Amino acid sequence: MTVRDETHLSADTTLEPATAPPPPGRRRGVLPGVLAGARNIWRQLTSMRVALILLFLLALASLPGALLPQWTQNQAKTAQWVLDHPFWGPLLDRLGFFGVFGSPWYAAIYLLLFTSLVGCLLPRTWEFVGQWRQPPVATPRNLGRLPHHAELSVDGTVDEVTDRVLHGLRGWRTARRVEVPPAGGPAAAAPATSVPVAGPATPVSVVTVSAEKGYLREIGNLVFHLSLLGLLVAVAVGKLFGYEGSIIVNAGGADSGAVTGFCSSSPASYDSFRPGLAVDGTDLSPFCVQVDGFTAQYSDTGQATAFLASIRYQTGQDVASGRWQSTSLAVNDPLGIDGQRLYLLGHGYSPTFSVRFPDGQVQRRTQPFQPQDSMFTSQGAVKFTDPPGYPADRITEHQLAITGIFAPTAVVHGGIMTSSYPAATDPGVAIDVYQGDLGMEDGASQSVFAIDQDQVSSGKLVRKARTNLAPHESTTLPDGTTVTFDGYVEWVSLQTSYDPAQGWALVFAVLLLVGLMVSLLIKRRRVWYRLRGDGLGHVSVQVGGLARTDQAGYGGEFERLAALAAPDTGPAPGGRRGGARAGGPGRGRGR
Amino acid sequence: MVNESLAHLSDLAFECALAGYIVALVCFGIEFAAHRGGVPTEQEQRSAELRASRRSGGVAVLDRGAATPPAIGRVTDDRRGTAPMWLRFGRAGVVVTVVGFAAHLLSLVTRGLAAHRVPWGNMYEFSAMICAAAVAGFLFVLLRWRTRTVGFFVMIPVVILMYVAQSVLYAAAGTLVPALHSSWLVIHVLAVSLSSGVLMLSGVASVLYLLRSRYERKLAAEREWAEHHLHGVPDAALPDAAGTPGGPEALVTQRSRLAALPSLATLDRLAYRSAIVAFPVFTFAVIAGAMWANVAWGRYWGWDPKETCAFVTWVCYAAYLHARSTAGWRGTRAAWISVLGFVSMIFNLFVINLVVSGLHSYAGLN
Ligand code: HEM
Repeated sequence: MTVRDETHLSADTTLEPATAPPPPGRRRGVLPGVLAGARNIWRQLTSMRVALILLFLLALASLPGALLPQWTQNQAKTAQWVLDHPFWGPLLDRLGFFGVFGSPWYAAIYLLLFTSLVGCLLPRTWEFVGQWRQPPVATPRNLGRLPHHAELSVDGTVDEVTDRVLHGLRGWRTARRVEVPPAGGPAAAAPATSVPVAGPATPVSVVTVSAEKGYLREIGNLVFHLSLLGLLVAVAVGKLFGYEGSIIVNAGGADSGAVTGFCSSSPASYDSFRPGLAVDGTDLSPFCVQVDGFTAQYSDTGQATAFLASIRYQTGQDVASGRWQSTSLAVNDPLGIDGQRLYLLGHGYSPTFSVRFPDGQVQRRTQPFQPQDSMFTSQGAVKFTDPPGYPADRITEHQLAITGIFAPTAVVHGGIMTSSYPAATDPGVAIDVYQGDLGMEDGASQSVFAIDQDQVSSGKLVRKARTNLAPHESTTLPDGTTVTFDGYVEWVSLQTSYDPAQGWALVFAVLLLVGLMVSLLIKRRRVWYRLRGDGLGHVSVQVGGLARTDQAGYGGEFERLAALAAPDTGPAPGGRRGGARAGGPGRGRGR
Repeated sequence: MVNESLAHLSDLAFECALAGYIVALVCFGIEFAAHRGGVPTEQEQRSAELRASRRSGGVAVLDRGAATPPAIGRVTDDRRGTAPMWLRFGRAGVVVTVVGFAAHLLSLVTRGLAAHRVPWGNMYEFSAMICAAAVAGFLFVLLRWRTRTVGFFVMIPVVILMYVAQSVLYAAAGTLVPALHSSWLVIHVLAVSLSSGVLMLSGVASVLYLLRSRYERKLAAEREWAEHHLHGVPDAALPDAAGTPGGPEALVTQRSRLAALPSLATLDRLAYRSAIVAFPVFTFAVIAGAMWANVAWGRYWGWDPKETCAFVTWVCYAAYLHARSTAGWRGTRAAWISVLGFVSMIFNLFVINLVVSGLHSYAGLN
């Protein structure tokens, strides 16, 4: 038996009927010319090659999104980058490199890619439906030219052998055809001379069997690509109609003037609100949340082991009736409220300060400080913008700000306070107290974690004290104002997310995965047999095979298929069988 | 909380594994270096002959019945009844790899037991998982295809990664930050590390494919040259390389170690098969990651640098699969794309984790 395997060497073996060449162009006016041009562009766009290039461009275009800071990820860092690179910064910013995934060129690439995808897959779907309806392709005339080819000669009649082959091809789609040999051809001539010897004349018969399997692969491929499209739509819908709002609230300590809850009735109730393009914030479904407590647990080395916030919330009619539901909120475990999700994202400390002004009035503030390291050395500023006891026009001379460090477990080293452990075992603050004009009147927004240094350098805001305080300790300013560090509460940062198409995104992602697996695991194979009896009890069998995808690896399987024609095919094909020797030594390694 | 003696055992086993892999690297290296011209496997022989006859214009019809006996049967040196030295090194390499792998598994298991959690929670553990997956993949391939010569090249990145894991990324066994307390961690990180390991195998095969195809181009050029200039010199007068048909071909095979690599067909198949095994797993990992992000950060996709880079990797492999079924892009170009995918995966693992800060800062190094 001769077996040929050129699978890898032949670059492009197809037996598909060549697509009809485009009709010769007839030059007739401008419009047909334009149409022809458009058709040509479309054909180009929907070719695999262009899809490949677009995929490549997509990967390339995404790279700056990973390598450069992005506005949507980290505003401060991006702004810093632009400042640090006076030439490239503004240029790249104008070109959209700091907002890659919202930039027009990025959109152009993926829209082209998906256009190409639709244009590529719709025809393929039709073609596939057609193939599905029709029996497997007729046996090619010259099986010897296929990438896989075998010949063997077996005893028996054509019908016997055919039945055996068909029996062995269970699970394949098969078609059996009788070929009429061309008159006068060698096939007809040769047996004719031998007929008399055989006694009862058996008519010369040539039977072909075509078989194909792996249709599911095509379906998998379609499902995969269409799910990509579905996923894109689901993401787009989410981006249009969804929103995210985040807010920092204190956990307990309401008596110290801390904000311990919020109601999501409008975007303004969030510290930051990121609406989808089609969201104007007028119809948020309202809910209210109160944070009653927060606990964090840490290992000896200061690594956090668990966070838990105990909260109360109310939605819908409960808001009117004042009923609350209690629950707890943990990292990785959001709370679903009315189709929105509430997340616990982070935590930190809010020191409480009370200030006794010279006129004897006391103001108290609890202000979240921003953690600077994993031990929660936290930085922030508390601003008293309305000092009591001064006429309105003198207020800006007597505003007061406390800035500095809060450390849950304070250690002072070389005059610098840091925290040595994230839990509040020995809290302390290291503060500067400023008096003067905080500069809030000019309308520019200020960071809540810092004071405006311009006011300090221009002398309008003057440092009056610098000290370290333990809880309940106080310091007195020259004008008699006393500042007391009362203690602290913990804050949590919460986020509300709403994405109406989230479920769909999941559905498409799962379909995508299933489609991908089907299309990668199932292989499309074709095999043809031409059985030619000589009327003397011998059948010569030609077998040809074509792997439509993943050519490599069909070899061993093909040999088993070829061996189907041989009698006595035991459970372990590849072994000894009559008439033909197939499967060379060491075959088992061949896959 | 942490079982110190188990943690210690795990560290020890890790060192054993690394030592084993280094020895295996050396053994495979010796075999590879000595193995010039090599004994092609039977398929490789066939493929070489086919190519040869193709180039000379004829259509090859190989009679497999008459084909040379399989390589495995021939590797032992009949005359002395003992294997040549380089072959023994190769075999020793396999043995040491297996031993190292066993130690590696032991290290992973004891680490998990010591910390009472799955052993893939920080970069040290994660790198170890990737290497384990790559070595497991290699052993599997070895079992099925007997392509031992790739061993040297698989062991190079494995040894580097293991060494970096131990010297730079090492983190003592401990508990995880709350952000990582999630069953998604188990699923997502496991899928990422296993698929990365197998993709590493695929990347190595693609690099070898590129090397080998360059070599074969040179081979063809030289043969042409030789046929021109050495015309009339009897074959016997030319040096004969073991296992390859004699004649002008021996010229290059004599000089290049690359001839010992598996054939292009084998390398391509290795790259492709490992990619299609790993790609769905990687896809699953990305989806699981998105689901985790959805419960942890309030959105399933936010173009965090890590997410972006995973996306780039994914698109590269999608492009690779496309290239393999696009005429004109098979072979070398597809191999290049696969290498790019591999580079982007490694970049994601190291540069993004260690240099670019994002939400995924779980390296455990700060
Ligand atoms: C949105 C970007 C795309 C991605 C991520 C993508 C991904 C993939 C993947 C992973 C495969 C391998 C699975 C398989 O072999 O069935 C594949 C196959 C395929 N893709 Fe795409 N694809 C994209 C766009 C396109 C486009 C635009 C076209 C049409 C021009 C296309 C046509 C095909 C075809 C025909 C196959 C099957 C190849 C084969 O039979 O081996 N794809 N695609």
